[in-house]
Amino acid sequence: MSRRVLAIAAAALVAAFLLAAPFGFKPYGVFILSTWAVMSIAAIGLNLTLGYAGQISLAQAAFVGIGAYVTAWLTTRGWPFWSTYLIGATACFAIGWLLGYPALRVQHHYLAFVTLAFTTLVYLAFRNEEWLTGGIYGITNIPRPSVLGLSTEPGRVYYYFCLAHLALVSAAAWWLIRSPWGRAFVAVRENPVRALSLGVDTRRYTLMAFALGAGLGGISGALYAPLVQYIDPSPFALGLSLNLLLMVVVGGSGYFLGPYVGAIVAVLLPEWLRFTEGYYLMAYAVLVIALMVVCPAGLLGLVERVLKPRSKAVASDR
Amino acid sequence: MLADILQLLVAGLATGAIYALVAIGFTLLWQTSQTINFAQGEFVMLPAFFILIAMGHFGLSFWPAVGVATLVSIVTLGLLFKRLIVDPMIRHGVLPLVIATIGLAILMKEAIREFYGADAQPFPPLAADDNVTILGVSFSLQNIVIVAIGIAAVAALQLFLNRTRTGRCMQATAQNPTVARLLGIPVERMILYTFLINAALVMLASVLITPIYLAKFTNGEWLGLYAFIAAIVGGFNQVRGAIVGGILLGVVDNFAAAYISSQYRLALPLLILILVILFRPQGLVGRVEERTV
Repeated sequence: MSRRVLAIAAAALVAAFLLAAPFGFKPYGVFILSTWAVMSIAAIGLNLTLGYAGQISLAQAAFVGIGAYVTAWLTTRGWPFWSTYLIGATACFAIGWLLGYPALRVQHHYLAFVTLAFTTLVYLAFRNEEWLTGGIYGITNIPRPSVLGLSTEPGRVYYYFCLAHLALVSAAAWWLIRSPWGRAFVAVRENPVRALSLGVDTRRYTLMAFALGAGLGGISGALYAPLVQYIDPSPFALGLSLNLLLMVVVGGSGYFLGPYVGAIVAVLLPEWLRFTEGYYLMAYAVLVIALMVVCPAGLLGLVERVLKPRSKAVASDR
Repeated sequence: MLADILQLLVAGLATGAIYALVAIGFTLLWQTSQTINFAQGEFVMLPAFFILIAMGHFGLSFWPAVGVATLVSIVTLGLLFKRLIVDPMIRHGVLPLVIATIGLAILMKEAIREFYGADAQPFPPLAADDNVTILGVSFSLQNIVIVAIGIAAVAALQLFLNRTRTGRCMQATAQNPTVARLLGIPVERMILYTFLINAALVMLASVLITPIYLAKFTNGEWLGLYAFIAAIVGGFNQVRGAIVGGILLGVVDNFAAAYISSQYRLALPLLILILVILFRPQGLVGRVEERTV
């Protein structure tokens, strides 16, 4: 019981901090926090695919990119944000479903390589199809949407907009992994043959895990484009996929809170390390390597090891 | 026309030989220790800078600098990489190690940018910038030297793996570590040897490729990707797979750049990669890997 109270108190504290934070930060700080929220959404998606359903995907950057480009292209041509957002997320969901088919044929590292190739192909298309994406010049002047007549143009307001999305996505993910679907995902990860023999349609759930993860990537991209207001292909290269993978694994793959913690490490930590000036990315890399050496299950795995040394939590309840 | 094709073929074989060297190292690490090294490209980028530092800061001439750099590479990219990063993580599956090597790649890139500079540095070539005319077609001497060295290195490696006791012990370790251990093979030492061989291979690749593309801290990004594709297309679990994959990739890449589109030159290898994985996941010449359920 007291555990539950503690958890609720901690959650309230974090929520209060996130709500109050914009008033304590300069515009750049607010921008970084917004980036954290947007990247958390993409990482939550990857955590569904990788952490719960156990399918290694390096395609998440492509979905963030597709979501961002769809939103940018349509909103700069006068479409309302909500429609573009839905189109982007749906497109990613559909492409993710299709990309899931290779996952039915190949597993583990081979799947990682297929999705890696997919990300790089999509990146090449962003860079070279100038008539559509603007090529290396990208798309500029992406407007931010109005919500109920209130413009989200100021950075602080847009931060709350992203935060609200993160809250919605979190609630949906929380519900999903406790639903029979979430259980089925874990079953597919832990033992696909056994899951199949118990009547779980592993084929459908594998595709679904891919599609849902991709859809969340699309939502993340749809929020990212108006956040930076200018997109070009470079942020959506393989590096972002690797970075998102890093977020999920460093945070703790298969833990509900893993993506949030991982996004803190990947988005905020480099900024905090800026006092080391030219060395900040090096310091970041060393910290990541050291963390993996000390605790391969990620930060939340470390927390769990400290809190309850010998008990084994059920995967989906973590 | 025919002359063009022959020239492209030789250029393709030259780059292909280099990709093959890097890909062989990649597959060796995978076979013996299930290490997917995402820093493999950076492993090729770095030794060129060891040489430049040995020449620039310690005033060595080229060949002694190569000697020193080889030693430094084998110690850092072979021994230290295994002891400090791979050993502590190997028990925890593939993923943590993948993340750690991604971190390592960032570290190497940033270290070179910070301590050496972001500009592309010229690098002394192995052969004079000359052309050789064979049967009326002129070929770049440099490409021919690269192909020759590549063939020699691969042949030496194959001889070592197939004809020496240590080499066979290494193969046994790769195929079945448990049985190898039962037969009294020092499995740990064999794994260490593969890391040392990998370090030597990337060193060689670095010396061969850097004169063509100049020494730059970002070189590893695409080199790693190509080695990766070569290894998988050929067959992830076979040394000869990496050779076939590397050469195929080099040739395809050069022809695609010349005849299809230079913007999409990377797209063709990627498409080949996807098709191979979907329809022949064991690679063109690889053997089927047993799946763990």
